[in-house]
Amino acid sequence: MGLRAGIDMASVEAVSESLREHGDRYLQRVYTAREIDDSHRGGTLDPQRLAARFAAKEAAMKMLRVAGDEAVPWHAIEVVRQPGGWVALELHGRAAELAAEAGLGELAVSIAHECGYASAVVIAETREDSRYWTHER
Amino acid sequence: MNAEIRKIVAEHARLAVDVDSLADDADLYQAGMTSHASVNLMLALEDAFDVEFPDSMLKREVFESVAAIAGALGQLQQEAAA
Repeated sequence: MGLRAGIDMASVEAVSESLREHGDRYLQRVYTAREIDDSHRGGTLDPQRLAARFAAKEAAMKMLRVAGDEAVPWHAIEVVRQPGGWVALELHGRAAELAAEAGLGELAVSIAHECGYASAVVIAETREDSRYWTHER
Repeated sequence: MNAEIRKIVAEHARLAVDVDSLADDADLYQAGMTSHASVNLMLALEDAFDVEFPDSMLKREVFESVAAIAGALGQLQQEAAA
């Protein structure tokens, strides 16, 4: 088994600005209905939570090694809040196809936000052996 | 069209440099545009040119340069006129 990782960060202020400038169009183009629901805190949309989800989508794009000529809409990578409060990734459409083509197995995602930025790490199991060390005696 | 695109890039792409110092084919990501800024750029281009980028065009290379954006907008406008 090998591993693949992707990491990204997003500015919370940039997300707030997008909400101010583009409102619902920005939300609908980037986030799924579940992500929008999960990003509410006390009935109000929390830009920190949206930024964390955006970072997770981009981290997943890096992990999937999406090429510049490959179209993977943001909705194809979905961050889903679990009952315990942590999050998981669900891949759809082209993102799921890329994962299958790469032989990816389990996915793990972790998100955080602090000091005006949100960050995310995505890790995936691969079939290939990515170890770079050997056990020579 | 390129002048209008440059104006929108200047307002929304959050470049680290003046867009007018860049060639039409210069890489906007290399010039500091983040993936999140590319979303704002896309939405602003849609407003300005009255088009909508379909899912099939949501790829990095479409927003990579002024020339690439012009090509994509030209294609969308042609399709709309057909």
